[in-house]
Amino acid sequence: MRSYYEASARERIIALLDPGTFHEFLPPQDRVVSPHLKQLDTPAAFDDGVIVGKGHLAGRPVLIAAQEGGFMGGAVGEVHGAKLTGLLARALDERPAAVLLIVESGGVRLHEANAGLIAVSEIMRAVLSLRGAGIPVLVLDGGQFGCFGGMGIVSRLCDAVIISEEGRLGLSGPEVIETTCGVEEFDSRDRALVWRTVGGKHRYLLGEAAQLVADDIDAFRAAAIAALDAKPDLSLEALEADHARLGERLERFGDCRDGLEIWSRLGIDTPERLPLLEAAQFIAATAERRA
Amino acid sequence: MDIHTLLDQLFPLNHEVKFDGCYFSGIGHTAKGDVAVIGTTDAAPIGVELAYRMAGEVLAIVRKFPRRPILLLVDTQGQRLSHRDELLGINGYMAHLAKCVELARKRGHRIIGLVYSEAVSGGFLATSLLADYCYALPEAKIRVMNLPSMARITKIPLERLEELSRASPVFAPGVENYLRMGAIHALWEGDLSACLLDALDAPQKGDVRSELGEAREGRKLARAVAEQVHHYTA
Repeated sequence: MRSYYEASARERIIALLDPGTFHEFLPPQDRVVSPHLKQLDTPAAFDDGVIVGKGHLAGRPVLIAAQEGGFMGGAVGEVHGAKLTGLLARALDERPAAVLLIVESGGVRLHEANAGLIAVSEIMRAVLSLRGAGIPVLVLDGGQFGCFGGMGIVSRLCDAVIISEEGRLGLSGPEVIETTCGVEEFDSRDRALVWRTVGGKHRYLLGEAAQLVADDIDAFRAAAIAALDAKPDLSLEALEADHARLGERLERFGDCRDGLEIWSRLGIDTPERLPLLEAAQFIAATAERRA
Repeated sequence: MDIHTLLDQLFPLNHEVKFDGCYFSGIGHTAKGDVAVIGTTDAAPIGVELAYRMAGEVLAIVRKFPRRPILLLVDTQGQRLSHRDELLGINGYMAHLAKCVELARKRGHRIIGLVYSEAVSGGFLATSLLADYCYALPEAKIRVMNLPSMARITKIPLERLEELSRASPVFAPGVENYLRMGAIHALWEGDLSACLLDALDAPQKGDVRSELGEAREGRKLARAVAEQVHHYTA
């Protein structure tokens, strides 16, 4: 068992794909760096915090990207974003079995905020075009920085989010909400509160994540292989069904103030024990209870 | 510009738009046919309910009025910042809205965005930035974050950011910066109804923002780097 949470972006790619099959596009040797960080006297990275390339998963060709949380929290700048858009455009031509996005990002990189925001919008449109062409896009989320901001929206545009208990998925990070609205709105240092608001287990129960896995790269790999045959469906009927589900969520849980209340309304006995359960136990304990 | 003045100027032939709090929707009549209008006022924070409501409106238009153009007039201070919105999965609601807009586009609806007052980060991403072409009034305000907050978070002195923002469009708030970077296609000035009629005929070319950003020298690397990744031989 290898921890996904502890691994770097590169280690995750190498361990997820079939051995020896990964080939990187624009590797660090090519030194394509952000031109904007230098003028702010901020260190740059030779891959701008994202690795993109191709490889095989269970013998099938995939394109893959991994954000490196260790560099500026995986935040999206001009070059970082363009690498992702370029990969998605390439997938339209190459038609791989799927595109895998190993997300770990605080969202838009403030040092180049406008470029980052526009880049996220371009990624959003590229993901939707690709899915419209029938190619599934799978998201893996289990890193130290979670997945927030624009990348939180991007993740939910994809076919499936595979998340671990340690993974977090949201829009505004807890620190951002606390800084803006005060600690009484969201105490970002209350780890248990953070986890039952944006953590993997809650996301899975709410239906925001398709699969919950243990913090183990092999578990992520197995889940990604199982999701390879996803059939993107962005039809009117599919979106109307999504709409009905999201409306029902607002009706059922709109007045809840804590994850525990939502889990209780889902009919789960003693919801307060859920955070303590291992992934497999958790899935068994909540079977048939997801929203 | 006040929304009522704006609607009168965009649709001199008449419009029927219903307001409910900071949300509105309806139709505007033009010489080129009816246009569906969806928008917000008062720098509305976009929370789960508002994103859900706008998505529902887009789906209803797709179902009932095939190919009718959709004009997004969203005035927003950004996504609603709250524990409750995060608990309910606001990013999922924003993504749902984005998917609905994409569905409309795919089924032949033109999507036009006009930033008439304010557009900020997540609220901008899930709405006007998804348009085929997004336009702005010259007095509109667009940003991710104001410079003092940015200085606090990046730990770069405010004076330095202010100085750099005079030369670089890359982080400072401003419609001009977004124009240079390709996200705003053009500014609408003078006869707004004529601007709208032109936009209703604009050729559909997919996402051209990185090309525009390069041509206008506001984003010099985005197109080229994407192209390199697209054709890289590993």
